Amino acid sequence: MSIKKVSKEQPDNFEFNEENLKIANDIIKNYPVDKQQSAVMSFLYLAQRQNNNWIPLVAMKYIAKLLNMPYIKVYEVATFYSMYNLSPVGKYFVQVCTTTPCMIRGAYKLVEACKEKISKSQNTLSKDGKCSWVEVECLGACVNAPMMQINEDYFEDLDKEKTSKIFDKMLNDEDIEPGSYRGRVNSEPENNRKTLMDLKNASR
Amino acid sequence: MLQDKDRIFQNLYNDGDSGINGAIKRNDWSNTKDLISKGRDWIIDEVKLSELRGRGGAGFPTGLKWSFAPKEVGSRPHYLVINADESEPGTCKDRDILRFEPHKLIEGCLLASYAVNAHTCYIYIRGEYYFEGQRLQKAIDEAYKKNLIGKNASNSGWDLDIYIHYGAGAYICGEETALLESLEGKKGQPRLKPPFPALVGLYGCPTIINNVETIAVIPTILRRGGKWFSSLGKAKNTGTKIFCISGNVNKPCNVEEEMGVPLKILIEKHAGGVVGGWDNLKAVIPGGSSMPLLPKEICDTITMDFDSLVKEKSGLGTAGIVVINKDQDIIKCMARIARFYKHESCGQCTPCREGSGWMWRMLERMAKGEASKDEVNMLMDVTKQIEGHTICAFGEGSSWPVQGLIRHFKKEIEERNNFNPLVKKDRNIPYLVDQHLLDK
Repeated sequence: MSIKKVSKEQPDNFEFNEENLKIANDIIKNYPVDKQQSAVMSFLYLAQRQNNNWIPLVAMKYIAKLLNMPYIKVYEVATFYSMYNLSPVGKYFVQVCTTTPCMIRGAYKLVEACKEKISKSQNTLSKDGKCSWVEVECLGACVNAPMMQINEDYFEDLDKEKTSKIFDKMLNDEDIEPGSYRGRVNSEPENNRKTLMDLKNASR
Repeated sequence: MLQDKDRIFQNLYNDGDSGINGAIKRNDWSNTKDLISKGRDWIIDEVKLSELRGRGGAGFPTGLKWSFAPKEVGSRPHYLVINADESEPGTCKDRDILRFEPHKLIEGCLLASYAVNAHTCYIYIRGEYYFEGQRLQKAIDEAYKKNLIGKNASNSGWDLDIYIHYGAGAYICGEETALLESLEGKKGQPRLKPPFPALVGLYGCPTIINNVETIAVIPTILRRGGKWFSSLGKAKNTGTKIFCISGNVNKPCNVEEEMGVPLKILIEKHAGGVVGGWDNLKAVIPGGSSMPLLPKEICDTITMDFDSLVKEKSGLGTAGIVVINKDQDIIKCMARIARFYKHESCGQCTPCREGSGWMWRMLERMAKGEASKDEVNMLMDVTKQIEGHTICAFGEGSSWPVQGLIRHFKKEIEERNNFNPLVKKDRNIPYLVDQHLLDK
């Protein structure tokens, strides 16, 4: 259970744009009649994407009305799950995994890079307000450790130098390529494959 | 070593095509209709014959679980829920199935749904796996288009709808009842059992919940026969399993191997050996972070299956192997795992909510050498107060790794922590002494 800071500066109103409203209506159909509350997690995520990576309180009120549920229930969900940001995190939200499998492969070097390039402490916006970073728990890419997530993309097999380069590009609004940064294919053992070799050779 | 022809996940490394055409080439969807026409009982019996045990961590026999679903559909519909909330540190097998073998999962969903009388299947994916979810959605769309699922799925006469539900970064939602709460749009706090989900689950209806890997191996088992599957591995620990080998190894990787494969072979052969050589090995976490670690002496000979590991007071769990070598500080490694559990505790039960923080803070001090010798036993006591006193298995999950550390590395902790507190009276009631107030 993480402690969340709700932003003091809140916008006055929020509504789904046309595209998201359509997606939202489709999502409700995934659940049985009268069970539309199930869609609350997806709606919060949609709101977060629409509102520059964070969810304002008005959006929760809006979603509560949309799903015909009490506002406090939406608030409860938004504060429980760690992926919902309740205060601005910038256009680029960097999450560095520092749980043991990543830690023993040098995740704290990535944290150093964050401190140097983005901001001194986590959950703090960079000077230009474009970016922030946070240490997170296991992101489920342990064989590609150390790794980080920027918005929705996974960046794997990193070290400090490569991470810094990614940040430089990102802060210049250049495109950054997700995936392994040691040139390895997915989660196969690098240059050490002992299994399914026929398929590997056939694919070349 | 397992032969390539017996590997279920041929596309584990995405050498081929994860889409529908590649899947059909790999024999997926080839005779789904025939398999279904053999009937519910045949499917369940075949799965029982295969002795498949759940791949999500607990290792519960899958066929048995399915037989708990009511035989006839009453007033409430049945549901099948797939647990893809893979968050156990050290584990990343489901990610590759979602990315590269989505059709095995979808076909498995159809067969399992039929076996348990469900017309609706929800796949609960952790929120961070956004692209994996997109890939799976694409595969689902392909399957709908070819009428492999949907109304009269694969011409079998069975209707099935599959929906993806994204989580939002809560480890606890991997616990099956917390997952159901989350699916209902609430905070993910586990429910008391009984009633078990097989009778009262999602929206109060009978629900069967299985891990991704469990469901994804079902089509191959039915196609090649339960006997084939049970001929692999060891008795009661049959079949193949995807092992994730991470940490201080030269070539970290995912690999599918037979159950009961020696740990040393997995590390030395597939993962390119321990960094600094086998003698540089300190300990291995064999099954995701909640399973107690094993010191090198045990790693020399241990085989990777449910029962052998239980004999060593550990467990296979999710088969996420984390290798820790002598360059690492083992106490610090475990302190970080304790911090993970402190962060992820849902806060519902007091022993876990408070205890996980205690364990973390004590271990952090032990890593720095700031604890007293007596505290090692106190820490053990705290783990015992958590274990078995919570609604869900998270309590065990958070206290087992700490117990493992104390069991095998007690000497090392005691050597480092010689600090003697000034308050020596009333030592017998350690919980009344606030450690922060003690003068150093």
